[in-house]
Amino acid sequence: MNALIKFCVAWLVLFSVNVASAQVNIEINTPGVSALKQSMHDRHSQLAEFYGNGAVGLTSDGMIAVRDASAVPLAARQKVNGLVAAENQDRKALYAEIARANGHPEWEGDIRNTFAQRWIQRAQAGWWVQIGGSWKKK
Amino acid sequence: MKKNWVALPLAGVVLSACVTVNIYFPAAAAEKAADKIIDEVWQGTKSPDTTTKPGAPAPAVPVNQKEKSI
Repeated sequence: MNALIKFCVAWLVLFSVNVASAQVNIEINTPGVSALKQSMHDRHSQLAEFYGNGAVGLTSDGMIAVRDASAVPLAARQKVNGLVAAENQDRKALYAEIARANGHPEWEGDIRNTFAQRWIQRAQAGWWVQIGGSWKKK
Repeated sequence: MKKNWVALPLAGVVLSACVTVNIYFPAAAAEKAADKIIDEVWQGTKSPDTTTKPGAPAPAVPVNQKEKSI
């Protein structure tokens, strides 16, 4: 009987922890998120040029892609491909890290979709974004 | 029979705990968080930085260190 009461108390504690974590808030202040932000910020100074000339665009799934390789001189194409790959790796890690930091790894897809919309909505005029499967210039 | 007094509320607690685990995605909060991160990642690219130092440091004042003691 004593054990049962203890079990009950344990469940009550667990329950209240759950209620506390159900507060609607998204935690982004973790070392992992900060590191990814910094890395993406540093890369952005190199990528901005290619967003501007249409070589690289923002995809509808929250990533970036080489849209028009001919806008890049042959010598720089390798570099652009590398930047895009690295950026996408960081983005994927960012979405996963935010989901994990909030105790819901299954939210990764939702977070990615939210980001996809926001990246596109906030892209500067002249940048290329993917809407409904086709590229459009903002 | 006595055990029912404990088992029933226990079942209730377990059930409600299961419900709270399954909370849905806070879309509005996520949007706000996304905006904050996007701001930080894209910051400083709207206008090309005009890095002119306000009030450049005054030219070095010649330092006379000719204090010789004999």
